[in-house]
Amino acid sequence: MLLEAPFTEEKMRALKVGDLVEISGVVYTGRDAVHKYLHEGGKPPVDLRDAIIYHCGPVVVKEGGRWVVKAAGPTTSIREEPFQGPLMEQYGLRGVIGKGGMGPKTLAACQKVGACYLHAVGGAAQVLAECVTAVEGVHLMEEFGSPEAIWEFRVAKFPAVVTMDAHGKSLHANVASASAEALSRLLKP
Amino acid sequence: MDAKTLQARLLELIRRTSCELPPDVIRAVDKGWRREKPGTNAKYAFGVIRDNIKLAAGKSQPLCQDTGTIICDVARPDWVSERAFRAAFEKAVDEATRVGYLRQNSVDSITGRNSGNNLGPGSPVIHFHETTAKALTARLMLKGGGCENVGAQYSLPDTGLGAGRDLEGVRRCVLDAVNKAQGKGCGPGVLGVCIGGDRATGYVASKEALLRPLDDVHADPVLAKLERRLLDEANTLGIGPMGFGGATTLLGVKITARNRVPASYFVSVSYMCWAYRRDGFQLSAAGKIAKWLYD
Repeated sequence: MLLEAPFTEEKMRALKVGDLVEISGVVYTGRDAVHKYLHEGGKPPVDLRDAIIYHCGPVVVKEGGRWVVKAAGPTTSIREEPFQGPLMEQYGLRGVIGKGGMGPKTLAACQKVGACYLHAVGGAAQVLAECVTAVEGVHLMEEFGSPEAIWEFRVAKFPAVVTMDAHGKSLHANVASASAEALSRLLKP
Repeated sequence: MDAKTLQARLLELIRRTSCELPPDVIRAVDKGWRREKPGTNAKYAFGVIRDNIKLAAGKSQPLCQDTGTIICDVARPDWVSERAFRAAFEKAVDEATRVGYLRQNSVDSITGRNSGNNLGPGSPVIHFHETTAKALTARLMLKGGGCENVGAQYSLPDTGLGAGRDLEGVRRCVLDAVNKAQGKGCGPGVLGVCIGGDRATGYVASKEALLRPLDDVHADPVLAKLERRLLDEANTLGIGPMGFGGATTLLGVKITARNRVPASYFVSVSYMCWAYRRDGFQLSAAGKIAKWLYD
């Protein structure tokens, strides 16, 4: 199904774990350095209300004076677990795109503010870079370097799976508990 | 061969490794895709993965934006010194970064500053061995941070896992590592496992094991059997590609062993993502690429 900007609370609350979505609109990349900076009270250089954050450190090079995205897949999200929930609540984030899933604090924040975790396929940097139709800006580049900067990507039909929804459901929690059970059977003395 | 030629050949090795998955890995991905049921998130993930493999090769652009730790394993004949190889390789890395085959991926651990060209203390990693062969053999692996972060090292005995100092103990550690990794290492992954060694050499050897062709069979029948068993058992955990759930949690398990001191028994596990970027070539003294190692 299509998920188009503006990313309203209503649209996000309508999504359920397992839904395949195609995202269109502007998303902001942000990973370890950006999350630490915002968490420590740094001023966001972009408006994060109703925004989607993309956990991504892209390969972007300048060709003929223009930014060209060479590769742009997701990075592992769980590192932002200490920050994500509070930032969702503080700024009214509507979604996070990443990979690997996040923990209970983020899940609780998704439920509270009406947001989702959108799982992109890790490693699929070319399929996902094809969905970036324009680079609309870059921030904190000097401070954090290219992979850790905030890139404003306009995306069209960016594919992702809803793996944590605004109803307290997490595919990651389900898979982890099923695999823990399977493991304990395999390790029975 | 002059320094410029060596640099150009190494740049091609970097480009190919970053942009094109070797055939043995593609075969394993295709097998996983066939195994998953239609209409599942697992099948969908494999579909995207397969599209991505084709697209990256076609566009000659990095398969994954995390071009990882650059690890080069070199069997070096007399005609090139370590010093000359390192200089050529570093220039190739710098150029590969400028043209976007590699991401700016080397960060000062104290100041947080990115060196911008993948060069710096410990980066890139090069392991040299001497060879009496005429040709130089170089193998390159680009190992992303997501999968590196889910690697694990166990010191046996481990009472929590009921793991003693034997192959059953090793089995318990490896399955525990796969379960802890869930989808965070960009599964379906390939494991490199080293039994023994010290903490440092164990991890190095676990990565060397990942240089083996994916579809080979271990020369030691005991380890060949353990590799097979661990692969089958890991695939019953149901973690699946990306941790979406499914039948394909791993694509392969490669085990090696090193002697240990009597007091230590380490099991070191390196997890490589499905974007298993490793390639290699034989290079003649005249600068001709005689053979790609995984074709």
